[in-house]
Amino acid sequence: MNIFNLIKIAYKSLMRNKMRAFLTMLGIVIGISSVITMVGVGESSQASINNQVSQMGTNLIMVQRARMRERGVSTGRDNVQSLKVKDVDLLANNTKYISAVSPVFNANAQIINGNYNWQGSVMGGNTDLMGIRNFELATGSNFTDDDIKKYAKVALIGHTIVEELFDENVDPIGKTIRVGNMPVKVIGTLKPKGENQMGDDQDDILLMPYTTVQKRILGIDFVHMIMASAVSEDVAENAVAEIEAILRASHKIQDGAADDFEVRTQAEMLEMMSSISGMMTTLLTAIAAISLIVGGIGIMNIMYVTVTERTKEIGLRMSIGAHNSSILLQFLCESVILSLIGGLLGIVLGLLMSYLLSVIQGMPYIVSTSAVILSFVVCAATGIFFGWYPAKKAASLDPINALRYE
Amino acid sequence: MSQAILQIENLRRVFQVGVEQVHALKGVSFSVNKGEFVSIMGSSGSGKSTLLNILGCLDTPTSGEYLIDGVSVKERSKNDLADIRNRKIGFVFQSYNLLARTTALENVELPLIYNSSVSSRERRERAKHALEMVGLTDRMFHTPNQLSGGQQQRVAIARAIVNDPVIILADEATGNLDTKTSYEIMSLFQELNEKGKTIAFVTHEPDISAFTSRIIMLRDGHIISDKTNEPLSAMLEIQKFKTSEIIPNS
Ligand SMILES: Nc1ncnc2c1ncn2[C@@H]1O[C@H](COP(=O)(O)OP(=O)(O)OP(=O)(O)O)[C@@H](O)[C@H]1O
Ligand SMILES: [Mg+2]
Repeated sequence: MNIFNLIKIAYKSLMRNKMRAFLTMLGIVIGISSVITMVGVGESSQASINNQVSQMGTNLIMVQRARMRERGVSTGRDNVQSLKVKDVDLLANNTKYISAVSPVFNANAQIINGNYNWQGSVMGGNTDLMGIRNFELATGSNFTDDDIKKYAKVALIGHTIVEELFDENVDPIGKTIRVGNMPVKVIGTLKPKGENQMGDDQDDILLMPYTTVQKRILGIDFVHMIMASAVSEDVAENAVAEIEAILRASHKIQDGAADDFEVRTQAEMLEMMSSISGMMTTLLTAIAAISLIVGGIGIMNIMYVTVTERTKEIGLRMSIGAHNSSILLQFLCESVILSLIGGLLGIVLGLLMSYLLSVIQGMPYIVSTSAVILSFVVCAATGIFFGWYPAKKAASLDPINALRYE
Repeated sequence: MSQAILQIENLRRVFQVGVEQVHALKGVSFSVNKGEFVSIMGSSGSGKSTLLNILGCLDTPTSGEYLIDGVSVKERSKNDLADIRNRKIGFVFQSYNLLARTTALENVELPLIYNSSVSSRERRERAKHALEMVGLTDRMFHTPNQLSGGQQQRVAIARAIVNDPVIILADEATGNLDTKTSYEIMSLFQELNEKGKTIAFVTHEPDISAFTSRIIMLRDGHIISDKTNEPLSAMLEIQKFKTSEIIPNS
């Protein structure tokens, strides 16, 4: 009995029950296509994170207040006031690996211009913050050290805020808007940057002298965050060490005691984000894989039904000289054909879906050949694994009993 | 001297049902020569099917000797027995056992699929020829549900002769058919027998066994008689139907 005949027999049997074959296959189609889609989405979001790393450079260093821990459980950093403006001055004057440093204050505020209003994010910093964050001026000019000294009510606004607050052909420069109740003069606009990896709109930003945000809006005496630029990517780690040493000394932290701040480079931030997205991908892929198993069980179920239904046929084939192994292979062939065709359809569908998703999300489209090949192997394995027991059952039937079966 | 196709010697078959033993065959001996048309008769439960299953190598005897075409089937592996069935035996069943939604031609080809020495072209040729022999040239591409019972049994007979077996074994092959169609099938068997086929035919109807040349009577697992018979011509019996136009119930 050659393999070509086996495939022909199996194919004919499947064709005798087209609808059933199709529905059985559907389980595999769904399983494989969701695995392919999830792996594809995972790979393209990874690629888009990597893109971002190369775009932004890795020079950014963030100093944050340490999260509070109570009995080993992190409770957030809202009540931690460990960073002060004087820390920023210390860092500005005593480091050699840092080219620029700025305190950062964050606030959410109602931003109003006449009839337009917008709930936007306000950021306070010094004159270097724009450079550190890679913002570029579109029109107007940056604020000055003098503005900082005077808590000046001036602002640079991002592209989103320009669009939300001003009509299309109005030049925002020199206009007065209100941030909360405070009138603020627009002195510049920023070039658009788009969304970051987390989906935040980086153009929804209103940049002001940090003194203005700290004293006039927030009324606090600590700093939310310190941002700095390392002189170059190579010395980012040195810069981190330097910052840690200076801050530990300034905060009088004993040797062995925990820091009351956290220093992160941009590279580390992105690593963290990609590990989060990696975890999500793994989770989703696992769910998809489970649906593949369910599809496999569907095949097994149908094959059992088929074997029972075709008991007489099996008896006949045995009586005219089929070896047990031929019967086994015939049914195995049927389940493998089901799962392989299902798998092929699933791969096509999965590639299509991940293409659509990447277009919708604006991420690069990546065909993961390893996922495609793996899926194919998994399909064949699914067919053999879940087809084995029904086929074994068929092959072990006694021809006389099988012929008598009604 | 004619050549023995089947030789059985003191054949016994005991079924174990729970703690009880059922003695279905209690020492049966006979032989069938080439070209014979044997009917095996007996009342229900006398062991006809059990005997035929052993003759067909679907079952093995508890004790006793069985040679088919000069080859002993004792202590053969399952695969060997399957090969013997495939090359030396043709089965015809009461309920036809054709594959549904499969053409007559493909049904007839089936035994040859399990014989790797037959090419697919030869297979097709031989299946066509077998269908010609049973008079179904014009029904080759019909599926079983498009055929009458008698035609289905003809397809089954074509399937039984396609591998050119040394013996055709039929168990109640006319059991599902009306009298006239039964006679037509018997006429076909007689025709095949005239062409040299050896046939063993199980039935419990005396008017069917009247068409065979030897009648073996079984009762309760024993042979109670084994006689030659002057066979009636099935063809002539069918003629009688045509002239009287009476179709009795079977
Ligand atoms: N698989 C089995 N297990 C147990 N007993 C069996 C088995 N097959 C047959 N028998 C018994 O063997 C005896 C002979 O049965 P067999 O089927 O050969 O009769 P038969 O002559 O073909 O009858 P019928 O004309 O009704 O088909 C019966 O008593 C039956 O109960
Ligand atoms: Mg019987």
